[in-house]
Amino acid sequence: MSVLAFAEQRGGAVRQVAFETLTAGRGLADSLGVELVAVLVGPPALSSEAAGLGKYGADRVIFAGSESFEEYAPEGYTDAVAKAAGQTGAKAILFPASAQGRDLSPRVAARLGAGLATDVTQVSVENGRIVAVRPAYGGKVLFKVGFKAEPALLSLRPRAVAAAESPRDAQVTTLELDQPRELTKVSTATGEQKERPDVAEAEIIVAGGRGVGGPEHWALLEELADALGPGTALGASRAVVDAGWRPHGEQVGQTGKVVAPPLYFAVGISGAIQHLAGMRTARCIVAVNKDAEAPIFKVADYGIVGDLFEVVPRLSEEIRKLRSQE
Amino acid sequence: MNIIVCVKRVPDSESRIAKAADNASIDTQGAKFVLNPYDEYAVEEALKLKEGAGAGSVTVMTLGGDESKETLRTALAMGADQAVLLKGEPSVDGLGTAEKLAEAIKGREYDLIVFGKQAIDNDNLQVPVMVAELLGVPCANVVVQLEIDGRTATAHREVEGGHEILEFGLPAVVAAQKGLNEPRYASLKGIMQAKKKPLEEIEVGDAESRLEILEVTYPPEPTAGEIVGEGADAVPELVRKLREEAKVI
Repeated sequence: MSVLAFAEQRGGAVRQVAFETLTAGRGLADSLGVELVAVLVGPPALSSEAAGLGKYGADRVIFAGSESFEEYAPEGYTDAVAKAAGQTGAKAILFPASAQGRDLSPRVAARLGAGLATDVTQVSVENGRIVAVRPAYGGKVLFKVGFKAEPALLSLRPRAVAAAESPRDAQVTTLELDQPRELTKVSTATGEQKERPDVAEAEIIVAGGRGVGGPEHWALLEELADALGPGTALGASRAVVDAGWRPHGEQVGQTGKVVAPPLYFAVGISGAIQHLAGMRTARCIVAVNKDAEAPIFKVADYGIVGDLFEVVPRLSEEIRKLRSQE
Repeated sequence: MNIIVCVKRVPDSESRIAKAADNASIDTQGAKFVLNPYDEYAVEEALKLKEGAGAGSVTVMTLGGDESKETLRTALAMGADQAVLLKGEPSVDGLGTAEKLAEAIKGREYDLIVFGKQAIDNDNLQVPVMVAELLGVPCANVVVQLEIDGRTATAHREVEGGHEILEFGLPAVVAAQKGLNEPRYASLKGIMQAKKKPLEEIEVGDAESRLEILEVTYPPEPTAGEIVGEGADAVPELVRKLREEAKVI
């Protein structure tokens, strides 16, 4: 019996969310008294990365390699994970709630006839039963859910679990696959990969609202993000996205992304309920707004009341100064 | 082109959400219910595709109670041709609902099934891909751009830091993300016509839940912190606090 952890990779590189998934899987496997098995799916050359997953707690690794797995292949990946689950008698299967994990996990659930909890922030074992906590209604409430049968499938919200090393010598076995199904051919759009991380996975988010005044002023926020470092993403309120100032991929809130970074800057964002629901679990919230009565100050750890056109450039300058001293 | 659009009735995103007295469900008293916002993109895309093809029909479908008829009428008012109400309770997780939908769709002729990428109540993001998997057809999820040429479709979907391009054949499932299109408003004429459009009701029974909600809680109420000061002069103190107190930079 096992806990199975899907180790996500893209473009031949194992992603940070894979280490978070393994870390959560390690804890769950210990609670259940079973082994943690990582499943890595990708092109044949990726096999060199497999043994390294032992660093984050995998007792062993199942590698499913195929030339047709150069890019994410929905049906082929589904077959591989479902087969690995069968072989190892999986009691639980963990995925990251990333773009790939959110596509793959429901497919595997449908294949296995299993229950899936999406966007889980905590997983534990109570009286031998796997329970999970997950936000619903855009983060306005938390559901504690229990599984009625096994395997229990869970997708973990990025950054909800901090990756922790727990090294061991992981044996690697290769999964024999039949000719993979391929109903969908996936390729990566070229020329638009952003340098910044995605808002859902960033360590720091600099988010702008209507108070920024227009898309032409976003350079101010970009400058702050650059000063803070490469783990910083730009975010936006719904009003800003609806106005067409920023792409919807940056929207934070109930109809955008629900985020939980260590540090969140809300610049010129008043704090509508559906925005607050999407970012209130950030560990530290900083608000800059000219209206001292703005609801954002009710959730902010630190606030500055003032003109963002003066405050933000000064903030960039002070942070650059700090970084240069490090 | 025959298109099925699957929709859901949900509380509006501005609604306050309260837990019920049993601490294990949601009290929806007082919530304003709407057509799930992502489903508006799905309905719009279906109408555009049908208009582009110059022929076919758009069927809007939901699993729910009698109150969901109002949601179906909203989609009919936008321009869908007919509606199907599968009478039964949706499941806590996505699979039970997906099974009911897939079962109902199986006997019908369709080129495309369109969903919103998620319903903003349970936020499961599960049902569209599950329906595709159950029907054995391809699925493009979180789609921001869709082109259909004959029996082949090309979709752009959002992934971290960019887009993936998916190519697949019809029939297929597509789940719409914000940005796919600009949903139309129902015209007065559309609203009047919606009342006369066919709405089929089928008893399907409640969907099976593989999960149960044990407890509903509220996220910890963030406590208001401090106003560090006013204007740019407060910045050095803020930076010091972020570094020394919060230890986040």
